[in-house]
Amino acid sequence: MKRVRIGNGCGFWGDNLDAPIRLASAGRLDCLTLEYLAELTMSILAVQRQKAPSAGYASDSPAVLGRLAPILREQPNLRIVTNAGGMNPRRCAEKARSILEEHGLAKRKIGIVSGDDLMPRLKELLAAGHTLNHMDGGEPLAMILDKVVSANAYLGAEPIVQSLERGANVVITGRVADASLTVGPAAFEFGWGFGSADLNRLASATVAGHLIECGAQATGGLWMNADFETRLAQVGYPIAEMSEDGSFTITKPEGSGGAVNFETVSEQLLYEVADPAKYYTPDVIADFTSVTLTESAKDVVAVTAARANGNPDSYKVSIAYRDGYMSAGTLVIAGPNAADKARRSGAIILEKLRQAGVWFAESHIEALGAGNCVPGVVASTGEPAEVVLRIAVRDANRNHVERFTKELAPMVTSGFAGTTGYTTGRPPVREVFAYWPALIAKSAVTAAVEIL
Amino acid sequence: MASVPLSRIAHGRSGDKGNHANVALIAYSDAGFEWLKQHLTADTVAKYFQPLGPKRVERFEAANVRGLNFMLSDVLAGGASRSLRTDTQGKTLALALLQMKVEVPEAILKT
Repeated sequence: MKRVRIGNGCGFWGDNLDAPIRLASAGRLDCLTLEYLAELTMSILAVQRQKAPSAGYASDSPAVLGRLAPILREQPNLRIVTNAGGMNPRRCAEKARSILEEHGLAKRKIGIVSGDDLMPRLKELLAAGHTLNHMDGGEPLAMILDKVVSANAYLGAEPIVQSLERGANVVITGRVADASLTVGPAAFEFGWGFGSADLNRLASATVAGHLIECGAQATGGLWMNADFETRLAQVGYPIAEMSEDGSFTITKPEGSGGAVNFETVSEQLLYEVADPAKYYTPDVIADFTSVTLTESAKDVVAVTAARANGNPDSYKVSIAYRDGYMSAGTLVIAGPNAADKARRSGAIILEKLRQAGVWFAESHIEALGAGNCVPGVVASTGEPAEVVLRIAVRDANRNHVERFTKELAPMVTSGFAGTTGYTTGRPPVREVFAYWPALIAKSAVTAAVEIL
Repeated sequence: MASVPLSRIAHGRSGDKGNHANVALIAYSDAGFEWLKQHLTADTVAKYFQPLGPKRVERFEAANVRGLNFMLSDVLAGGASRSLRTDTQGKTLALALLQMKVEVPEAILKT
């Protein structure tokens, strides 16, 4: 019986750089997926592209592809599907093209999936009656229209399948739903369609994709019962081995660290999920409550085929808009009453700034170590010997935030005894991009596929 | 009856969706799941996280994994990019909930 092994070697941009190489070399994969785009990554990439037209994709990804090239030579059937293209999949693909050529892989084909970027079409779409109102509150986009920096529809797996059908060995996309990176190669390998006949299979692959999309979170990372025996330093990244009927197993490379068991997989099943009976992707509404998880061998969890709960008629659109500036800095306060002194130190900093005519739309003081990570909910037991004072501010006026970054250091001489930990210099100011989720009719968006 | 943290009955994971967070708890046993369904209501969880000011708390069941999933609306003070908190994405909320002290029959405690 044909089985398709899809492994995910990257859970987000910033994930371990060696994981894709380890997984590809030890995973016996048919397809390696690499997921780079968090909710707001696109806004950062959009600004990078504005500054330099050649930028706007996951800049770490070409180096990863270069390290994967020798493995691609040894495993000529291994495919790669990644959303590293970000706001500039074409440029990312051109870069990938030259890397493949450098490594004697000039004959490999690269598929480019685009059409997700709605920014150039925003006014046209609004004029055509696509309101792009806020998904939760229903506010009209007009409220923030002049501040929007990026607007991307989450595309589904269909253009990935089309790329693979046209012979792509590497598929580079812009924004697609994370789970679709897995649904695409599974549907391609098994010849599944996107009509109602294969909807349950798409739901199954969506569950698989959801389970592996965050990398090591399925294999021991963040597991509540991980301990020092779990060997997280050698953690293996997850593999979904799919069968034609939609059932699959979750596992990881033999000999790797981490763990795959009922607990690790069930925790990930419900991670960042709202109603588990209705997990929306562009491909299908998947019912996560319809699967059964069974530990079938050491580090293998078998998952039964899932049920679909419908076929969505819209794409989710992720819109980001400029929303001022923020900065956060830290000091360490040691000694008796450290927590109290830390909070007062934070108040002193804000008061000095007020005296200088500088105020903020919002500020936040934390005494980390004294139960301020989940403020007011989890109290610390006993008095900490020292705490980290973290103070964060946000304002529309960049100058105010800049001024704030210069007010932490003076506390080393003018604050309370026991103030230390100021070695990293002034904290950086960064632009805030706020998130505006919306929906758009599928008919308004056309995915484009190109082979390079 | 025993006075224990919820972590004796369940494990879990939490994360963000924009300015909302989800907190999923998974019971170690069927008996534990029955207890959770009965006692850990959306209201109880809303009250527990009151200092973070959730606008609304909804509860969903995933009986296939003995799971309860709580959606806490507008609880992240702005979410991933905008929140001034250390934990902008609600990663620690599951551990926070699992520290809730509860009175449970000894029989359902994890062995």
